[in-house]
Amino acid sequence: MESKDQKMLREFNLTLPVSASDIAPLKVGDAVFLNGLVFTGREGLYDMIFEKKKEPPIDIRTLGGATINASPTVRETEPGVYHVPSITGTASFRFAKYMSEFLKRYKIRFLIGKGGMSSEVYKTCFQPNGAVYLTTIGYGMGAVYGRGILGVKDVAWKEELGLAQAMWVLEVENFGPFIVECDTQGASLFEQVNDEINDKFLRLYEDLPKFAMKRMGEIGSAKEEIM
Amino acid sequence: MIRGTSILDAARELNVRAAIDIPKDAYQKVEQLSRQETNRLSSYVLGKILENYDAATKDRVAMCADTGLPRYYVKIGNDAVIEGGMVQLEKALRQATADTTVSIPLRPNRVHPFTRKDNNNNVGMHAPTVDYSFEPDVDWVDITVTHKGGLFGGDYRMLFPADGIPGLKRFFLDSLAEFLRRGMACQPATIGVGVGGTKDMCVRLAKEAACLRIVGDRNPDPEIAKLEEELAEIGTSAGFGPMGFQGNSAVLDVHIEVAYAHTGGMPVGIQQFCYAQRRKTVRIFPDNSIEYREDPRWFTPYYRRETIE
Ligand code: SF4
Repeated sequence: MESKDQKMLREFNLTLPVSASDIAPLKVGDAVFLNGLVFTGREGLYDMIFEKKKEPPIDIRTLGGATINASPTVRETEPGVYHVPSITGTASFRFAKYMSEFLKRYKIRFLIGKGGMSSEVYKTCFQPNGAVYLTTIGYGMGAVYGRGILGVKDVAWKEELGLAQAMWVLEVENFGPFIVECDTQGASLFEQVNDEINDKFLRLYEDLPKFAMKRMGEIGSAKEEIM
Repeated sequence: MIRGTSILDAARELNVRAAIDIPKDAYQKVEQLSRQETNRLSSYVLGKILENYDAATKDRVAMCADTGLPRYYVKIGNDAVIEGGMVQLEKALRQATADTTVSIPLRPNRVHPFTRKDNNNNVGMHAPTVDYSFEPDVDWVDITVTHKGGLFGGDYRMLFPADGIPGLKRFFLDSLAEFLRRGMACQPATIGVGVGGTKDMCVRLAKEAACLRIVGDRNPDPEIAKLEEELAEIGTSAGFGPMGFQGNSAVLDVHIEVAYAHTGGMPVGIQQFCYAQRRKTVRIFPDNSIEYREDPRWFTPYYRRETIE
């Protein structure tokens, strides 16, 4: 499957739900396309489940184990019938604290979102649950991802959470590409590339003096002065 | 007289074009970066970004599903006469925002900050934001809309004359470190830098510099223009591509705007306008004819004037 073209990544096209052996070959930096059902979830959904302790009216366990931290653009073509022309991931790090329970309780294999989480979260929450993290690409790829959405199968908590925060169950085909940011080994692609970049980047600071006035965070504690 | 219906129709069409069609200057710059990029991951992503621009235009859907916060910049000719006055104009912009939220659709991003109540139309208290400027000796009205993502890429810091340009460069690097990693700013981005004025003014200028000047535009002050090129070079050589992967393709351009500051201070605002550069401008003439364009031409010599007149 490895391509000779330098611009290509290894691409995998998978049908949901997937088994442990289906995702074992995925390595950080691979590209993935999905088929089946994917449901959306962000602040509103996690808040309902974990802070308000409510179970969604749709049984998540029956949906295929793939969720995306995102909200779609939605048009209601007739009452109760929705069209989703585009979708864009939102930054996942804000939801890290729910992952350990969320992945386990709902048997999630693919957590899709923007920008990943820390390898600590991967090692403690993702790896033990056999889940991998897929990052959306570039992030503003609404139109390309929209092409992979066949339709809306269901929606939960639309009135309670509004269009942007509701849980949308989407029927998808060749939905992608997403890049494997954390594979079953629990490593983070983003942390790897940060290490590669830092030497060169930090050298740019070399001749620049320190700021005249510091800020909170640059002083060690609130007892110190910023001068 | 410029009619309210002309403003409403034009503002609706403006939002459609902004949400869907990438301006040529940004497209061409991403194409150029994509040709030059040698890192495999960065190059793959840039290729997909171009594919996404094409898909949005072809399918007539929003290029990014985070349709940001619609924001209007209105430049009013000193001799322009608007039917119903400024109140009518503001109402038309709010109406167009609500209408196109449903018709395009845009994502209803605007919520009450505490209750998180969503009117599902991107309209609310101080939303959408409308900024005004004026232009002497003309009778048209220019309306620019931008849809800009709102969470990452911006920062503010009070610097001092003692910090000077080296301090500005350090703060610029800090903002790259914060927001280019993992691609939180959705680079390649246009980076706007506002220097001087007050806290709020430098942040506002940074946003206008990022969103309202096209890629390749230089500040008319040669010293500032030189600094723009220097910062762009720093941004390029920082080693980032899209998504924080290795590369040399994080920056579309750097634009700097300045305002006279307090004699003891040098406040700096920095804003990044992501590669989903939703920006379009329309000019409405007194005979209600309209012209659309991609260059907002917001920074006129009059807008940047230093003198009393
Ligand atoms: S920063 Fe821009 S491209 Fe990225 S998700 Fe937000 S609006 Fe879209």
